Amino acid sequence: MSLAPLQIAVLGVIGLLGAGFYGLLAGRNLIKIVVALQVLVKGALLGLVAAGSVKGQVALGESLAVTVIVADTIVAVMGIALGVQIRRRVGTLDVKELSKLRG
Amino acid sequence: MTVLLLVALAVVFAFLAIRARRLITSALWLAGVSALCALVFSLYGARQVAVIELSVGAGLVTVLFVFAISVAGDEPLAGRPVLPRPLSAGLVLLWMLVLGGMLLPGLPIPPAVPPDRAGLAEVLWGPRGLDALLQVVVIFAGVLGLLGLLAESGAPLDGAVAREVAAGRERDLQALTEQLQDGEAVPE
Repeated sequence: MSLAPLQIAVLGVIGLLGAGFYGLLAGRNLIKIVVALQVLVKGALLGLVAAGSVKGQVALGESLAVTVIVADTIVAVMGIALGVQIRRRVGTLDVKELSKLRG
Repeated sequence: MTVLLLVALAVVFAFLAIRARRLITSALWLAGVSALCALVFSLYGARQVAVIELSVGAGLVTVLFVFAISVAGDEPLAGRPVLPRPLSAGLVLLWMLVLGGMLLPGLPIPPAVPPDRAGLAEVLWGPRGLDALLQVVVIFAGVLGLLGLLAESGAPLDGAVAREVAAGRERDLQALTEQLQDGEAVPE
């Protein structure tokens, strides 16, 4: 059985999104959650590029992917910076502990 | 076949990145996912995005992760996760099965379409020019936010604390002046 490029991409998208969602559900470390978000976005990127390629509109898929990469990088940078500041001020990166903060 | 292998490896790397106990290992697996995704993009014909993904995803973001981990520490957290792991894994597996069952059987296999001649730059600065400008705004906003977050924000002292610090400095200065007047050696 041979798979078409679109089917392979859909399988990859489902796998990457699954890994990302699992990381979001099971992760407790703030930086690990940013890693899970990154994995999720890789799945979205794969879907965009594959869709553009299969429909013959590679450049459109690429331009959408570039937008996603920019937004994703900003999200990662802000998440990492937040994590560093929270570690400095609160002393932990555990979201379970951080959710107990008040005031 | 090559694409299937690369995609499968990327998914395995992604799960390893999520499951890794140490953050630095997780960041390195994530860089592997980015590199494999870049290869897949290249095979799908999106070479410019492949280069961007390789340099930004596998390069810049990994460096940032390593920097953050070196600052914040890499101690594994003790205790249980918010949701029990088997429950999380079961939910995600169920979601993947449902999504795969809905998408894959009815997925049309489109005929091979010749690629359009428009390049990335033409599309990015033409029909999607507004998006490109918004991306520039987002980048600037992100950089400003990052600078604000990473700034060493020493809260301005006021009230009793400020007076106490000022009085301490005044005392030190007074003692130093007296030592100089007495001709004593000033301590380093």
